[in-house]
Amino acid sequence: MATAHSRAAARLTMSPAVILLLGWMLIPLVMTLYFSFLRYNLLMPGTEEFIGTLNYQYFLTDPAFFSALGNTLALVGGVLVLTIAGGIGLALLLDQPFWGRGIVRLLVIAPFFVMPTVSALVWKNMLMNPVNGLFAAIAKGVGLQPFDFLAEAPLSSIILIVTWQWLPFATLILLTALQSLDRERLEAAEMDGAGALDRFIHIILPHLARAMTVVTLIQTIFLLSVFAEILVTTNGGPGTATTNITYLVYAQSLLQFDVGGGSAGGIVAVVLANIVAVFLMRMIGRNLDI
Amino acid sequence: MARAATNRRMLVVTLIAWTVGIVIFFPILWTALTSFKTEAEAVAAPPTFLAFHWTLENYAEVQQRSDYFLHFWNSVVISVGSTLLGLLVAVPAAWSMAFVPGKRTRDVLMWMLSTKMLPPVGVLIPIYLLFRDFGLLDSRIGLVIVLTLINLPIIVWMLFTYFREIPGEILEASRMDGAGLRDEILFVLLPMAVPGIASTLLLNIILAWNEAFWTLNLSASQSAPLTAFIASYSSPEGLFYAKLSAASTMAVAPILVLGWFSQKQLVRGLTFGAVK
Repeated sequence: MATAHSRAAARLTMSPAVILLLGWMLIPLVMTLYFSFLRYNLLMPGTEEFIGTLNYQYFLTDPAFFSALGNTLALVGGVLVLTIAGGIGLALLLDQPFWGRGIVRLLVIAPFFVMPTVSALVWKNMLMNPVNGLFAAIAKGVGLQPFDFLAEAPLSSIILIVTWQWLPFATLILLTALQSLDRERLEAAEMDGAGALDRFIHIILPHLARAMTVVTLIQTIFLLSVFAEILVTTNGGPGTATTNITYLVYAQSLLQFDVGGGSAGGIVAVVLANIVAVFLMRMIGRNLDI
Repeated sequence: MARAATNRRMLVVTLIAWTVGIVIFFPILWTALTSFKTEAEAVAAPPTFLAFHWTLENYAEVQQRSDYFLHFWNSVVISVGSTLLGLLVAVPAAWSMAFVPGKRTRDVLMWMLSTKMLPPVGVLIPIYLLFRDFGLLDSRIGLVIVLTLINLPIIVWMLFTYFREIPGEILEASRMDGAGLRDEILFVLLPMAVPGIASTLLLNIILAWNEAFWTLNLSASQSAPLTAFIASYSSPEGLFYAKLSAASTMAVAPILVLGWFSQKQLVRGLTFGAVK
Protein backbone atom coordinates (compact mmCIF):
# COMPACT_ATOMS: atom_id res chain seq x y z
CA MET A 1 0.00 0.00 0.00
CA ALA A 2 2.18 2.78 -1.25
CA THR A 3 0.54 6.16 -1.45
CA ALA A 4 1.88 9.25 -3.17
CA HIS A 5 2.70 10.50 0.29
CA SER A 6 4.77 7.47 1.24
CA ARG A 7 6.48 7.53 -2.16
CA ALA A 8 7.70 11.05 -1.46
CA ALA A 9 8.81 9.94 2.01
CA ALA A 10 10.65 7.02 0.45
CA ARG A 11 12.59 9.28 -1.87
CA LEU A 12 13.39 11.61 0.99
CA THR A 13 14.69 8.87 3.29
CA MET A 14 16.71 7.22 0.58
CA SER A 15 18.37 10.38 -0.70
CA PRO A 16 21.13 10.86 1.91
CA ALA A 17 22.53 7.38 1.31
CA VAL A 18 22.22 7.70 -2.46
CA ILE A 19 23.79 11.17 -2.57
CA LEU A 20 26.69 10.16 -0.32
CA LEU A 21 27.48 7.05 -2.32
CA LEU A 22 27.07 8.88 -5.60
CA GLY A 23 29.51 11.54 -4.41
CA TRP A 24 31.92 8.93 -3.08
CA MET A 25 31.94 7.00 -6.31
CA LEU A 26 31.44 9.57 -9.02
CA ILE A 27 33.58 12.54 -7.96
CA PRO A 28 36.83 10.66 -7.24
CA LEU A 29 36.36 8.33 -10.19
CA VAL A 30 35.90 11.23 -12.60
CA MET A 31 38.95 12.90 -11.06
CA THR A 32 41.01 9.73 -11.53
CA LEU A 33 39.85 9.51 -15.13
CA TYR A 34 40.79 13.16 -15.67
CA PHE A 35 44.24 12.79 -14.05
CA SER A 36 44.93 9.72 -16.16
CA PHE A 37 45.08 11.92 -19.26
CA LEU A 38 47.51 14.41 -17.70
CA ARG A 39 51.22 14.61 -17.21
CA TYR A 40 50.97 15.26 -13.48
CA ASN A 41 53.74 14.68 -10.95
CA LEU A 42 53.43 15.90 -7.37
CA LEU A 43 57.15 16.70 -7.29
CA MET A 44 56.78 19.08 -10.24
CA PRO A 45 53.70 21.16 -9.46
CA GLY A 46 52.51 23.54 -12.16
CA THR A 47 53.74 21.41 -15.06
CA GLU A 48 50.45 19.56 -15.61
CA GLU A 49 49.48 19.21 -19.25
CA PHE A 50 47.11 17.13 -21.31
CA ILE A 51 48.93 14.21 -22.93
CA GLY A 52 46.06 12.06 -24.24
CA THR A 53 46.43 8.33 -23.72
CA LEU A 54 50.19 8.42 -23.17
CA ASN A 55 49.88 7.36 -19.52
CA TYR A 56 47.89 4.30 -20.58
CA GLN A 57 50.42 3.45 -23.26
CA TYR A 58 53.24 3.65 -20.72
CA PHE A 59 51.36 1.74 -18.03
CA LEU A 60 50.09 -1.03 -20.28
CA THR A 61 53.45 -1.62 -21.99
CA ASP A 62 55.50 -1.42 -18.80
CA PRO A 63 57.00 -4.85 -17.99
CA ALA A 64 56.09 -4.10 -14.36
CA PHE A 65 52.43 -4.13 -15.39
CA PHE A 66 52.62 -7.60 -16.89
CA SER A 67 54.44 -8.99 -13.91
CA ALA A 68 51.90 -7.29 -11.63
CA LEU A 69 49.04 -8.73 -13.68
CA GLY A 70 50.61 -12.18 -13.47
CA ASN A 71 51.15 -11.83 -9.72
CA THR A 72 47.58 -10.64 -9.23
CA LEU A 73 46.19 -13.62 -11.14
CA ALA A 74 48.47 -16.05 -9.28
CA LEU A 75 47.51 -14.55 -5.93
CA VAL A 76 43.77 -14.55 -6.62
CA GLY A 77 43.81 -17.97 -8.32
CA GLY A 78 46.05 -19.61 -5.75
CA VAL A 79 44.06 -18.36 -2.77
CA LEU A 80 40.75 -19.30 -4.44
CA VAL A 81 41.83 -22.88 -5.15
CA LEU A 82 43.28 -23.37 -1.67
CA THR A 83 40.40 -21.77 0.24
CA ILE A 84 37.69 -23.59 -1.72
CA ALA A 85 39.38 -26.99 -1.53
CA GLY A 86 40.24 -26.47 2.13
CA GLY A 87 36.83 -24.95 2.83
CA ILE A 88 35.00 -27.98 1.41
CA GLY A 89 37.17 -30.30 3.50
CA LEU A 90 36.62 -28.27 6.65
CA ALA A 91 32.89 -27.92 6.01
CA LEU A 92 32.54 -31.71 5.62
CA LEU A 93 34.54 -32.19 8.82
CA LEU A 94 32.61 -29.63 10.87
CA ASP A 95 29.33 -31.08 9.61
CA GLN A 96 30.09 -34.41 11.38
CA PRO A 97 29.00 -34.93 14.95
CA PHE A 98 31.96 -34.88 17.36
CA TRP A 99 32.84 -33.71 20.85
CA GLY A 100 33.47 -29.97 21.18
CA ARG A 101 32.14 -29.05 17.75
CA GLY A 102 31.23 -25.53 18.83
CA ILE A 103 34.73 -24.82 20.12
CA VAL A 104 36.50 -26.22 17.05
CA ARG A 105 34.22 -24.07 14.90
CA LEU A 106 35.34 -21.00 16.84
CA LEU A 107 39.01 -21.97 16.42
CA VAL A 108 38.58 -22.43 12.67
CA ILE A 109 36.87 -19.09 12.00
CA ALA A 110 39.22 -17.07 14.24
CA PRO A 111 41.78 -16.06 11.56
CA PHE A 112 39.10 -14.08 9.72
CA PHE A 113 38.97 -11.57 12.57
CA VAL A 114 42.72 -10.94 12.73
CA MET A 115 43.63 -7.61 11.12
CA PRO A 116 45.72 -8.00 7.92
CA THR A 117 48.79 -6.21 9.29
CA VAL A 118 48.88 -8.45 12.37
CA SER A 119 48.49 -11.71 10.48
CA ALA A 120 51.11 -10.70 7.91
CA LEU A 121 53.67 -9.64 10.53
CA VAL A 122 53.07 -12.65 12.77
CA TRP A 123 53.53 -15.04 9.84
CA LYS A 124 56.53 -13.16 8.50
CA ASN A 125 58.46 -12.89 11.76
CA MET A 126 57.32 -15.50 14.21
CA LEU A 127 56.58 -18.36 11.84
CA MET A 128 58.45 -17.89 8.54
CA ASN A 129 61.62 -16.09 9.67
CA PRO A 130 64.58 -18.30 8.65
CA VAL A 131 66.53 -17.59 11.86
CA ASN A 132 64.08 -17.10 14.69
CA GLY A 133 60.83 -18.38 13.21
CA LEU A 134 58.98 -21.42 14.46
CA PHE A 135 59.11 -23.19 11.07
CA ALA A 136 62.90 -22.83 11.09
CA ALA A 137 63.04 -24.29 14.61
CA ILE A 138 60.91 -27.24 13.51
CA ALA A 139 63.07 -27.76 10.40
CA LYS A 140 66.24 -27.76 12.52
CA GLY A 141 64.56 -30.08 15.00
CA VAL A 142 64.06 -32.75 12.32
CA GLY A 143 67.49 -32.12 10.77
CA LEU A 144 66.48 -30.02 7.73
CA GLN A 145 67.84 -26.70 6.47
CA PRO A 146 65.56 -23.80 7.44
CA PHE A 147 63.76 -22.35 4.44
CA ASP A 148 63.70 -18.59 3.87
CA PHE A 149 60.07 -18.38 2.81
CA LEU A 150 59.73 -14.70 1.89
CA ALA A 151 63.08 -14.59 0.04
CA GLU A 152 62.93 -17.94 -1.75
CA ALA A 153 59.22 -18.18 -2.48
CA PRO A 154 57.80 -14.73 -1.78
CA LEU A 155 54.56 -14.94 -3.75
CA SER A 156 53.72 -18.44 -2.50
CA SER A 157 54.35 -17.27 1.06
CA ILE A 158 51.93 -14.38 0.63
CA ILE A 159 49.40 -16.75 -0.94
CA LEU A 160 49.75 -18.94 2.16
CA ILE A 161 49.19 -16.00 4.52
CA VAL A 162 46.16 -14.71 2.61
CA THR A 163 44.76 -18.25 2.37
CA TRP A 164 44.95 -18.54 6.15
CA GLN A 165 42.95 -15.31 6.44
CA TRP A 166 40.22 -16.30 3.96
CA LEU A 167 39.85 -20.03 4.72
CA PRO A 168 37.34 -19.29 7.53
CA PHE A 169 35.10 -17.28 5.18
CA ALA A 170 34.99 -20.04 2.56
CA THR A 171 34.44 -22.66 5.29
CA LEU A 172 31.55 -20.79 6.91
CA ILE A 173 29.72 -20.24 3.63
CA LEU A 174 30.25 -23.78 2.39
CA LEU A 175 29.20 -25.14 5.79
CA THR A 176 26.02 -23.05 5.71
CA ALA A 177 25.24 -24.42 2.25
CA LEU A 178 26.08 -27.98 3.29
CA GLN A 179 23.70 -27.82 6.22
CA SER A 180 20.80 -27.06 3.89
CA LEU A 181 21.39 -30.33 2.05
CA ASP A 182 18.49 -32.78 2.24
CA ARG A 183 19.81 -35.60 4.47
CA GLU A 184 17.25 -38.09 3.17
CA ARG A 185 18.76 -37.91 -0.29
CA LEU A 186 22.16 -38.87 1.12
CA GLU A 187 20.66 -41.71 3.12
CA ALA A 188 18.68 -42.95 0.13
CA ALA A 189 21.84 -42.92 -1.98
CA GLU A 190 23.66 -44.83 0.73
CA MET A 191 20.88 -47.47 0.82
CA ASP A 192 21.21 -47.83 -2.93
CA GLY A 193 24.86 -48.70 -2.39
CA ALA A 194 26.52 -45.43 -3.42
CA GLY A 195 29.93 -45.15 -1.78
CA ALA A 196 31.17 -42.09 0.08
CA LEU A 197 33.03 -40.81 -3.00
CA ASP A 198 29.98 -41.28 -5.24
CA ARG A 199 27.81 -39.42 -2.79
CA PHE A 200 30.37 -36.60 -2.63
CA ILE A 201 30.69 -36.23 -6.41
CA HIS A 202 27.05 -36.72 -7.40
CA ILE A 203 25.13 -35.16 -4.51
CA ILE A 204 27.29 -32.98 -2.29
CA LEU A 205 29.40 -31.17 -4.91
CA PRO A 206 26.46 -30.18 -7.15
CA HIS A 207 24.64 -28.94 -4.05
CA LEU A 208 27.65 -26.78 -3.13
CA ALA A 209 28.12 -25.39 -6.65
CA ARG A 210 26.20 -22.21 -5.95
CA ALA A 211 28.01 -21.50 -2.69
CA MET A 212 31.35 -22.16 -4.41
CA THR A 213 30.48 -19.60 -7.07
CA VAL A 214 29.53 -17.02 -4.45
CA VAL A 215 32.77 -17.64 -2.52
CA THR A 216 34.76 -17.32 -5.74
CA LEU A 217 33.17 -14.03 -6.77
CA ILE A 218 33.18 -12.31 -3.37
CA GLN A 219 36.71 -13.40 -2.54
CA THR A 220 37.93 -12.29 -5.96
CA ILE A 221 36.65 -8.77 -5.32
CA PHE A 222 38.60 -8.61 -2.05
CA LEU A 223 41.66 -10.50 -3.29
CA LEU A 224 42.17 -8.17 -6.25
CA SER A 225 42.78 -5.46 -3.64
CA VAL A 226 45.20 -7.28 -1.31
CA PHE A 227 47.52 -4.56 -0.07
CA ALA A 228 48.47 -4.50 3.62
CA GLU A 229 49.86 -8.05 3.57
CA ILE A 230 52.27 -7.09 0.77
CA LEU A 231 53.19 -3.72 2.26
CA VAL A 232 54.33 -5.10 5.62
CA THR A 233 55.98 -8.31 4.42
CA THR A 234 57.86 -7.68 1.16
CA ASN A 235 57.07 -4.15 -0.03
CA GLY A 236 56.27 -5.74 -3.36
CA GLY A 237 59.72 -7.32 -3.69
CA PRO A 238 62.18 -8.79 -4.04
CA GLY A 239 62.25 -6.82 -7.29
CA THR A 240 58.62 -6.91 -8.35
CA ALA A 241 58.09 -10.55 -7.37
CA THR A 242 55.11 -9.78 -5.11
CA THR A 243 53.83 -6.54 -6.65
CA ASN A 244 50.17 -6.91 -7.58
CA ILE A 245 48.15 -4.30 -9.49
CA THR A 246 46.95 -2.62 -6.30
CA TYR A 247 50.47 -2.32 -4.94
CA LEU A 248 51.83 -1.15 -8.31
CA VAL A 249 49.32 1.70 -8.47
CA TYR A 250 50.07 2.62 -4.85
CA ALA A 251 53.82 2.66 -5.52
CA GLN A 252 53.46 4.68 -8.70
CA SER A 253 51.23 7.33 -7.18
CA LEU A 254 52.27 7.67 -3.54
CA LEU A 255 55.91 6.57 -3.69
CA GLN A 256 56.91 7.99 -7.09
CA PHE A 257 54.31 10.78 -6.98
CA ASP A 258 53.34 10.07 -10.59
CA VAL A 259 49.67 11.00 -10.34
CA GLY A 260 49.01 10.67 -14.08
CA GLY A 261 50.52 7.21 -14.43
CA GLY A 262 49.03 6.02 -11.15
CA SER A 263 45.59 7.21 -12.24
CA ALA A 264 45.84 5.30 -15.51
CA GLY A 265 46.74 2.22 -13.45
CA GLY A 266 43.79 2.87 -11.14
CA ILE A 267 41.40 2.96 -14.08
CA VAL A 268 42.85 -0.30 -15.39
CA ALA A 269 42.25 -1.84 -11.93
CA VAL A 270 38.64 -0.61 -11.98
CA VAL A 271 38.06 -2.21 -15.39
CA LEU A 272 39.53 -5.52 -14.21
CA ALA A 273 37.40 -5.54 -11.04
CA ASN A 274 34.29 -4.72 -13.06
CA ILE A 275 34.68 -7.83 -15.17
CA VAL A 276 34.29 -9.90 -11.99
CA ALA A 277 31.66 -7.61 -10.48
CA VAL A 278 29.28 -8.06 -13.43
CA PHE A 279 29.05 -11.81 -12.77
CA LEU A 280 28.67 -11.35 -9.02
CA MET A 281 25.93 -8.75 -9.42
CA ARG A 282 23.99 -11.07 -11.73
CA MET A 283 24.10 -13.87 -9.17
CA ILE A 284 22.96 -11.65 -6.33
CA GLY A 285 20.32 -9.98 -8.49
CA ARG A 286 18.82 -13.34 -9.43
CA ASN A 287 18.38 -14.14 -5.76
CA LEU A 288 16.75 -10.83 -4.91
CA ASP A 289 12.98 -10.94 -5.10
CA ILE A 290 11.47 -7.51 -5.01
CA MET B 1 27.90 -53.30 18.73
CA ALA B 2 26.63 -50.55 16.41
CA ARG B 3 26.86 -48.13 19.27
CA ALA B 4 30.49 -48.98 19.91
CA ALA B 5 31.26 -48.43 16.21
CA THR B 6 29.54 -45.03 16.29
CA ASN B 7 31.49 -44.09 19.38
CA ARG B 8 34.78 -45.11 17.83
CA ARG B 9 33.93 -43.07 14.75
CA MET B 10 33.08 -40.10 16.96
CA LEU B 11 36.41 -40.44 18.70
CA VAL B 12 38.35 -40.49 15.42
CA VAL B 13 36.44 -37.50 14.01
CA THR B 14 36.94 -35.64 17.29
CA LEU B 15 40.69 -36.21 17.18
CA ILE B 16 41.01 -35.11 13.54
CA ALA B 17 38.79 -32.07 13.99
CA TRP B 18 40.57 -30.84 17.11
CA THR B 19 43.97 -31.29 15.47
CA VAL B 20 42.88 -29.31 12.41
CA GLY B 21 41.24 -26.63 14.57
CA ILE B 22 44.34 -26.17 16.72
CA VAL B 23 46.64 -26.03 13.68
CA ILE B 24 44.51 -23.28 12.11
CA PHE B 25 44.28 -21.39 15.39
CA PHE B 26 47.95 -21.91 16.21
CA PRO B 27 49.40 -18.62 14.88
CA ILE B 28 47.01 -16.72 17.15
CA LEU B 29 47.74 -18.96 20.13
CA TRP B 30 51.49 -18.65 19.52
CA THR B 31 51.24 -14.85 19.37
CA ALA B 32 49.31 -14.74 22.63
CA LEU B 33 51.86 -17.02 24.36
CA THR B 34 54.85 -15.08 23.01
CA SER B 35 53.40 -11.84 24.36
CA PHE B 36 54.05 -13.18 27.88
CA LYS B 37 57.68 -14.13 27.23
CA THR B 38 60.80 -12.01 27.59
CA GLU B 39 62.36 -10.90 24.30
CA ALA B 40 65.22 -13.36 24.79
CA GLU B 41 62.85 -16.23 25.44
CA ALA B 42 60.69 -15.28 22.44
CA VAL B 43 63.56 -16.21 20.09
CA ALA B 44 64.98 -19.05 22.22
CA ALA B 45 66.01 -22.19 20.34
CA PRO B 46 64.41 -24.61 20.77
CA PRO B 47 61.22 -22.59 21.35
CA THR B 48 59.53 -22.94 24.73
CA PHE B 49 55.83 -23.66 24.70
CA LEU B 50 54.38 -23.17 28.18
CA ALA B 51 57.33 -23.68 30.53
CA PHE B 52 58.76 -20.19 30.41
CA HIS B 53 58.94 -17.32 32.85
CA TRP B 54 55.60 -15.55 32.35
CA THR B 55 55.82 -11.77 32.37
CA LEU B 56 53.64 -8.75 31.62
CA GLU B 57 56.56 -6.44 30.89
CA ASN B 58 55.89 -6.34 27.12
CA TYR B 59 52.44 -4.90 27.64
CA ALA B 60 53.84 -2.16 29.85
CA GLU B 61 56.67 -1.45 27.45
CA VAL B 62 54.46 -1.24 24.35
CA GLN B 63 52.34 1.37 26.10
CA GLN B 64 55.34 3.33 27.41
CA ARG B 65 57.28 3.42 24.17
CA SER B 66 54.53 4.22 21.73
CA ASP B 67 51.41 5.43 23.49
CA TYR B 68 49.53 2.26 22.57
CA PHE B 69 46.24 3.43 24.00
CA LEU B 70 46.12 6.45 21.71
CA HIS B 71 46.07 4.06 18.76
CA PHE B 72 43.66 1.70 20.48
CA TRP B 73 41.34 4.64 21.12
CA ASN B 74 41.73 5.76 17.49
CA SER B 75 40.57 2.30 16.40
CA VAL B 76 37.57 2.49 18.73
CA VAL B 77 36.58 5.98 17.57
CA ILE B 78 37.02 5.19 13.89
CA SER B 79 35.26 1.82 13.87
CA VAL B 80 32.39 2.73 16.20
CA GLY B 81 32.03 6.24 14.80
CA SER B 82 31.89 5.16 11.17
CA THR B 83 29.41 2.39 11.99
CA LEU B 84 27.04 4.66 13.93
CA LEU B 85 27.21 7.33 11.24
CA GLY B 86 26.54 4.65 8.63
CA LEU B 87 23.51 3.36 10.55
CA LEU B 88 22.12 6.88 10.82
CA VAL B 89 22.13 7.22 7.04
CA ALA B 90 21.26 3.60 6.26
CA VAL B 91 18.24 3.03 8.54
CA PRO B 92 15.96 5.47 6.67
CA ALA B 93 17.20 4.22 3.30
CA ALA B 94 16.65 0.57 4.22
CA TRP B 95 13.22 1.44 5.63
CA SER B 96 12.06 2.85 2.31
CA MET B 97 13.53 -0.02 0.30
CA ALA B 98 11.95 -2.67 2.49
CA PHE B 99 8.53 -1.13 3.07
CA VAL B 100 7.88 1.28 0.19
CA PRO B 101 9.65 -0.46 -2.69
CA GLY B 102 9.21 1.26 -6.03
CA LYS B 103 10.13 0.32 -9.57
CA ARG B 104 13.70 1.42 -9.15
CA THR B 105 14.38 0.10 -5.63
CA ARG B 106 16.00 -3.00 -7.01
CA ASP B 107 18.29 -0.98 -9.26
CA VAL B 108 19.28 1.37 -6.44
CA LEU B 109 20.08 -1.58 -4.19
CA MET B 110 22.19 -3.25 -6.84
CA TRP B 111 23.91 0.02 -7.68
CA MET B 112 24.83 0.55 -4.03
CA LEU B 113 26.38 -2.88 -3.97
CA SER B 114 28.36 -2.10 -7.10
CA THR B 115 30.06 0.82 -5.33
CA LYS B 116 31.48 -1.75 -2.90
CA MET B 117 33.17 -3.45 -5.81
CA LEU B 118 35.09 -0.39 -6.85
CA PRO B 119 38.74 -1.19 -6.12
CA PRO B 120 40.16 1.34 -3.66
CA VAL B 121 43.17 2.14 -5.85
CA GLY B 122 40.74 3.47 -8.45
CA VAL B 123 40.00 6.42 -6.18
CA LEU B 124 43.16 6.50 -4.04
CA ILE B 125 44.76 9.54 -5.68
CA PRO B 126 41.75 11.89 -5.71
CA ILE B 127 40.86 10.98 -2.13
CA TYR B 128 44.46 11.50 -1.07
CA LEU B 129 44.67 14.90 -2.80
CA LEU B 130 41.25 16.02 -1.53
CA PHE B 131 42.22 14.99 2.00
CA ARG B 132 45.48 16.91 1.65
CA ASP B 133 43.69 20.05 0.43
CA PHE B 134 41.00 19.89 3.12
CA GLY B 135 43.50 19.15 5.88
CA LEU B 136 41.96 15.73 6.55
CA LEU B 137 45.16 13.67 6.19
CA ASP B 138 46.05 11.98 9.47
CA SER B 139 42.77 12.99 11.11
CA ARG B 140 40.29 10.70 12.80
CA ILE B 141 37.35 12.53 11.27
CA GLY B 142 38.71 11.88 7.77
CA LEU B 143 39.02 8.16 8.43
CA VAL B 144 35.53 8.06 9.94
CA ILE B 145 34.15 9.61 6.74
CA VAL B 146 35.95 7.20 4.41
CA LEU B 147 35.09 4.09 6.43
CA THR B 148 31.45 5.19 6.68
CA LEU B 149 31.28 5.43 2.91
CA ILE B 150 33.02 2.15 2.13
CA ASN B 151 30.83 0.20 4.56
CA LEU B 152 27.56 2.00 3.83
CA PRO B 153 26.48 -0.44 1.08
CA ILE B 154 26.96 -3.41 3.42
CA ILE B 155 25.03 -1.67 6.19
CA VAL B 156 22.12 -0.80 3.86
CA TRP B 157 22.01 -4.34 2.50
CA MET B 158 22.12 -6.05 5.88
CA LEU B 159 19.43 -3.79 7.31
CA PHE B 160 17.32 -4.31 4.19
CA THR B 161 17.41 -8.10 4.56
CA TYR B 162 16.48 -7.82 8.26
CA PHE B 163 13.71 -5.25 7.71
CA ARG B 164 12.11 -7.43 5.05
CA GLU B 165 11.42 -10.06 7.68
CA ILE B 166 9.26 -7.59 9.62
CA PRO B 167 5.61 -7.66 8.49
CA GLY B 168 4.80 -4.36 6.77
CA GLU B 169 1.20 -4.44 8.07
CA ILE B 170 2.39 -3.38 11.51
CA LEU B 171 3.99 -0.26 10.08
CA GLU B 172 0.89 0.45 7.99
CA ALA B 173 -1.30 0.14 11.07
CA SER B 174 0.79 2.76 12.84
CA ARG B 175 0.49 4.99 9.78
CA MET B 176 -3.31 4.56 9.89
CA ASP B 177 -3.25 5.62 13.51
CA GLY B 178 -1.65 8.84 12.40
CA ALA B 179 1.98 8.25 13.31
CA GLY B 180 4.34 10.45 11.31
CA LEU B 181 7.32 9.10 9.40
CA ARG B 182 9.76 9.89 12.18
CA ASP B 183 7.60 8.17 14.80
CA GLU B 184 7.03 5.21 12.54
CA ILE B 185 10.75 4.60 12.14
CA LEU B 186 11.79 5.50 15.68
CA PHE B 187 9.03 3.91 17.76
CA VAL B 188 7.58 1.14 15.59
CA LEU B 189 10.31 -0.14 13.28
CA LEU B 190 13.44 0.22 15.41
CA PRO B 191 12.23 -1.69 18.50
CA MET B 192 11.24 -4.63 16.28
CA ALA B 193 14.51 -4.50 14.37
CA VAL B 194 16.86 -4.38 17.36
CA PRO B 195 18.40 -7.84 16.78
CA GLY B 196 19.05 -7.12 13.11
CA ILE B 197 20.49 -3.69 13.82
CA ALA B 198 22.71 -5.11 16.56
CA SER B 199 24.14 -7.73 14.19
CA THR B 200 24.71 -5.10 11.53
CA LEU B 201 26.46 -2.89 14.07
CA LEU B 202 28.69 -5.73 15.26
CA LEU B 203 29.77 -6.92 11.83
CA ASN B 204 30.54 -3.42 10.63
CA ILE B 205 32.59 -2.57 13.69
CA ILE B 206 34.65 -5.68 12.94
CA LEU B 207 35.08 -4.75 9.27
CA ALA B 208 36.04 -1.17 10.13
CA TRP B 209 38.42 -2.25 12.90
CA ASN B 210 40.35 -4.46 10.47
CA GLU B 211 40.23 -2.16 7.42
CA ALA B 212 43.82 -1.77 6.26
CA PHE B 213 43.93 0.04 2.94
CA TRP B 214 42.60 3.48 3.75
CA THR B 215 43.86 3.49 7.33
CA LEU B 216 47.40 2.74 6.10
CA ASN B 217 47.32 5.34 3.33
CA LEU B 218 45.54 8.22 5.04
CA SER B 219 46.90 8.14 8.60
CA ALA B 220 50.21 8.94 10.23
CA SER B 221 51.31 9.23 13.85
CA GLN B 222 48.28 11.10 15.20
CA SER B 223 45.23 9.33 13.84
CA ALA B 224 46.75 5.89 13.16
CA PRO B 225 44.45 3.11 14.33
CA LEU B 226 45.93 -0.24 15.36
CA THR B 227 46.12 -1.57 11.78
CA ALA B 228 48.54 1.23 10.87
CA PHE B 229 50.31 1.25 14.24
CA ILE B 230 51.11 -2.48 14.03
CA ALA B 231 52.45 -1.93 10.50
CA SER B 232 55.25 0.14 12.05
CA TYR B 233 56.66 -3.15 13.39
CA SER B 234 57.60 -4.08 9.82
CA SER B 235 60.85 -2.09 10.20
CA PRO B 236 61.80 -2.81 13.80
CA GLU B 237 64.87 -2.08 15.86
CA GLY B 238 66.44 -4.92 17.85
CA LEU B 239 64.51 -7.76 19.38
CA PHE B 240 60.79 -7.14 19.02
CA TYR B 241 58.90 -10.46 18.82
CA ALA B 242 57.47 -10.26 22.33
CA LYS B 243 56.48 -6.61 21.93
CA LEU B 244 54.94 -7.25 18.51
CA SER B 245 53.01 -10.13 20.11
CA ALA B 246 51.76 -8.00 22.98
CA ALA B 247 50.64 -5.21 20.64
CA SER B 248 48.99 -7.76 18.32
CA THR B 249 47.25 -9.65 21.10
CA MET B 250 45.64 -6.49 22.44
CA ALA B 251 44.63 -5.46 18.92
CA VAL B 252 43.05 -8.79 18.03
CA ALA B 253 41.50 -10.01 21.30
CA PRO B 254 38.52 -7.64 21.58
CA ILE B 255 37.48 -8.04 17.96
CA LEU B 256 37.94 -11.80 18.08
CA VAL B 257 35.42 -11.97 20.90
CA LEU B 258 32.95 -9.78 18.99
CA GLY B 259 33.57 -11.91 15.91
CA TRP B 260 32.76 -15.13 17.71
CA PHE B 261 29.47 -13.61 18.83
CA SER B 262 28.57 -12.49 15.33
CA GLN B 263 29.60 -15.60 13.39
CA LYS B 264 26.02 -16.37 12.33
CA GLN B 265 25.56 -12.89 10.84
CA LEU B 266 28.86 -13.08 9.02
CA VAL B 267 27.54 -15.24 6.20
CA ARG B 268 24.46 -13.11 5.77
CA GLY B 269 26.34 -9.82 5.90
CA LEU B 270 29.10 -10.72 3.51
CA THR B 271 27.16 -12.60 0.86
CA PHE B 272 24.37 -10.04 0.46
CA GLY B 273 21.74 -12.73 0.78
CA ALA B 274 23.22 -14.88 -1.99
CA VAL B 275 23.72 -17.81 0.41
CA LYS B 276 21.00 -18.78 2.86
